[in-house]
Amino acid sequence: MEFLLVQALTGLASAASLFLVASGLSIIFGVTRVVNFAHGSFYMVGAYLAYTLTERLAGPLGFWGGVLLAALLVGVLGALVELLLLRRLARAPELFQLLATFGVTLIVQDLVVAIWGPEDLVGRRAPGLTGAVEILGQFVPAYDLFLIALGPLVLLLLHLLFRRTRFGVLVRAATQDRDMTAALGVDQKWLFTGVFALGSFLAGLGGALQLPRDAVSHLMDMHIIVEAFVVVVIGGLGSVPGAFVAAAIVSLLNAFGILVFPGIAMVSVFLVMALVLVARPHGLFGSPPESQPQPMAVSGAPWRAFDGRERALVAFGVLLAAGLPFLVGDYGLTVASEILIMMLFAASIHLLMSAGGLAPFGHAVFFGLGGYGAALAVKLAGASMPLALVAGPVVAIMAACVFGWFCVRLSGVYFAMLTLAFAQIVWAVAFQWVAVTGGDNGIIGIWPEGFAASASGFYWMALVLCLGGAFALRTIVLSPFGYALRAVRDARQRAESIGIGRFGQQWFAFVIAGGFAGLAGALFAYLKGSVFPANMGVGMSVDGLVMVLLGGVETISGPLVGAMVYKALSVWLLSTTDMSKLILGLLIVLLVAAFPMGIVGWLSSMRERIRHVS
Amino acid sequence: MMTIDRRSIGAWLAATVFAATFAGVPARAADPIRIGEINSYSGIPAFTEPYRKGWQLAVEEINAAGGVLGRPLDVISRDDAGRPADAITAANELVSREKVDLLTGTFFSNIGLAVSDFARQKKILFVAAEPLTDAMIWEQGSRYTFRLRPSNWVQAAILAEEAAKLPAKRWATIAPNYEYGQSAVKVFKQILSEKRPDIEWVSEQWPPQGKIDAGAVAQATLATRPDAILNVTFGPDLVKLVREGNTRGLFRDRQVVSFITGEPEYLDPLKDETPEGWIVTGYPWQSVDTPEHDKFLAAYQARFNDYPRLGSVVGYATIRTIAAIIERAGSLDTEKLIEAGRGVEVETPFGLITFRPADHQSTLGAFVGRTTVKDGRGVMVDFTYRSGADYLPDEATAAKLRRPD
Repeated sequence: MEFLLVQALTGLASAASLFLVASGLSIIFGVTRVVNFAHGSFYMVGAYLAYTLTERLAGPLGFWGGVLLAALLVGVLGALVELLLLRRLARAPELFQLLATFGVTLIVQDLVVAIWGPEDLVGRRAPGLTGAVEILGQFVPAYDLFLIALGPLVLLLLHLLFRRTRFGVLVRAATQDRDMTAALGVDQKWLFTGVFALGSFLAGLGGALQLPRDAVSHLMDMHIIVEAFVVVVIGGLGSVPGAFVAAAIVSLLNAFGILVFPGIAMVSVFLVMALVLVARPHGLFGSPPESQPQPMAVSGAPWRAFDGRERALVAFGVLLAAGLPFLVGDYGLTVASEILIMMLFAASIHLLMSAGGLAPFGHAVFFGLGGYGAALAVKLAGASMPLALVAGPVVAIMAACVFGWFCVRLSGVYFAMLTLAFAQIVWAVAFQWVAVTGGDNGIIGIWPEGFAASASGFYWMALVLCLGGAFALRTIVLSPFGYALRAVRDARQRAESIGIGRFGQQWFAFVIAGGFAGLAGALFAYLKGSVFPANMGVGMSVDGLVMVLLGGVETISGPLVGAMVYKALSVWLLSTTDMSKLILGLLIVLLVAAFPMGIVGWLSSMRERIRHVS
Repeated sequence: MMTIDRRSIGAWLAATVFAATFAGVPARAADPIRIGEINSYSGIPAFTEPYRKGWQLAVEEINAAGGVLGRPLDVISRDDAGRPADAITAANELVSREKVDLLTGTFFSNIGLAVSDFARQKKILFVAAEPLTDAMIWEQGSRYTFRLRPSNWVQAAILAEEAAKLPAKRWATIAPNYEYGQSAVKVFKQILSEKRPDIEWVSEQWPPQGKIDAGAVAQATLATRPDAILNVTFGPDLVKLVREGNTRGLFRDRQVVSFITGEPEYLDPLKDETPEGWIVTGYPWQSVDTPEHDKFLAAYQARFNDYPRLGSVVGYATIRTIAAIIERAGSLDTEKLIEAGRGVEVETPFGLITFRPADHQSTLGAFVGRTTVKDGRGVMVDFTYRSGADYLPDEATAAKLRRPD
């Protein structure tokens, strides 16, 4: 009994720090609709700054002053990111800001190592709170009790801020209806900057307060960001009390879950999120948005099939690609094959994001399952390569049927996060089911055979399958089904009134997208000779989104160009420098600022303009 | 730090020019021996930066002494960012474009296994530096792969031997939930239970790597009232566990046996919070007192104005191993290199090691001792060096564990 109480207190202490980070994220999303991927970076920078400040400043005042100062500095940093970067993207399509904040994340990851060195830093313990308090014969760290008290206190302060100040009233108004707030003459720009500063401050505070209990390392950002998102979504987007309750639920379940299943900590938050979202599509405290979510407005020219000249251009490009083995060596061909595979993966995401209006955050699960399907067909059934390349997509399609059935009931970020939950659950299975999947050591020895064993043979196979797949996806977008899909995206009620059901269309699109991602994943397994859980990890899903957004979500060929640019850049940078993340991040930020509609989006709008002039 | 690594761009340009100009020309005496090296430089810099310094030192020493077979060594180094797929891309580049004579490096077990399989596919030698998994040399072993670092098995066997001497009967385990942690616990349990049938395993905790909920784990372990604890966590997880454990009295009156905690990479960050009296494997660089190590330490400190971590020793010994293999083979032909690698003897800062013919594992060992705090920093005391040769299964047994070539 005493033990259970102490375990509960331990869980609540973890909940408090999670809540600080998640509440900031929730506030930012609620008002600005920015999926702020850099929130984890703010948390990490808060911890690093607090380390430096508390090492310099002396005494108890120095410690607490250092923590607070670190959080304030992070708030300023957040405001700067909003002012200099995100403000430029106000008119960009939704989720484009995700790309910008992702770039910031990459930059920060390399910068902290450059500034603070590669070793983990262990900061001071909080003066006066280093010991433990004996509760019912068990020792509870005094700092934990402080955190447990701090959580509700911050909740109360935020409540007062939102209810009692003009800033808070405006924030709530903007959370509820952004356009109406703007129509009433509220300057949104400064409201957004203020909200961003507040959210970043909370993230920085969360990070700084980890100093006495955690080591400061360059991996902190990735560890917190996904969990914080999960908490925000479970609680309901934009709901601060929701984030509080969700953080408590997640942390308590984890604290007690490990008593029964010690291996569960890896996946418990995602299990909770999946259950909550299936039962309550808008999270615990969220409500359906008052206004219909804005469709992904197509600002450029409407989609159409290629005209004669474009067809000739594409044919020329394909011919050129087919001749590549006569121009470059084996290494160039393996890189080109990888680019082709990523093009197909990006194109499969793009079907959902553009025509479907659904952005998946866990699409890599189908990429990974395609790889595992192929690898297991080889290892367990001794399948030949052609058979394995069929088995992979089949596994992906089967999973997509099941996951899609749950996911497409949701929309917006809730849809995105439910796909992530499924992806993480499957990832955890691949990671832990060592007997079948080999766990994190993966399955190795999946090499192409026959004609594909040579680099050029594999490249030609990848060219046929990936460009064929991308072409099929393009055809689907321009087919009657593609029109129906866009109809339910843009005007759901009107579409349903003429007999086009939303659910069926989106489910089917989800399965198609899963299947093509599975094909890409199976090819990837053969290219690398192996599969690992990382093939379906968060990183791979994010890479996919980045490629689509970089190319331009509003164009059909965008993902292909985005994949080409992103993959070629990352391979080249990784090979030439140790600071590849810093440079890649800077390039992404620059590209985002220069082309807020994506690369292809920019190209086609330029073409339109030239056409107008002439 | 913040600019593109010019040296590697230079090397890349030089290599391209070289390949373009001299392709097809047979190697002359002064042409460098090209070593392709892959490691997680941006993924786990705390280990790989000292590691890089270690191999740089070895390369400089060898080249200053006239190289190997009269040819200088040229290491072409690539970052894999901690991802197996990127390691394969890098390996492809090194083999297909840079035309390296052999591959080396890697830190994470899954990357080591992936590169080992790649080397097998391409029929090129791979000298694995750091990956700890036993699969590297046994279940997934390959005739193209040699592994330097003492394996998981050796670490577990050394620690289990010490653990068996303790009176403790009730044991708890805390290990990161991935292959390294799982196999460390498995082997430790197996060996200790053989030596001490009276032992009871009362609890196990499997926190996810890098995301330990240390308070909850400490409390859950405490609730089972163990006499002793086996810890396999490291890095930030270890820091958190130590802090929570110290505050909650988890380590009070309990013996703790801990994998690799004595390595400077993981011990140094703990500073004055280093727990007292843990039995750990590691590398007490301040106090190792052998002529080989003194020489290495002096050279390292003179060159880098920094003290060596275990990674430095691994990097240094890896290049020394490669040099010894090539010297013995008298050629860069892969088959001759494999033949020469079997049973090759290498001078390392930890003394003379050999690579066992049966499983291609080196006999490099580890130091085992107890932790304490001295002048505000963690150190190892009462330590001894244990050679891997004394803890690995004998070669006949190892050959059975290994998959056929």
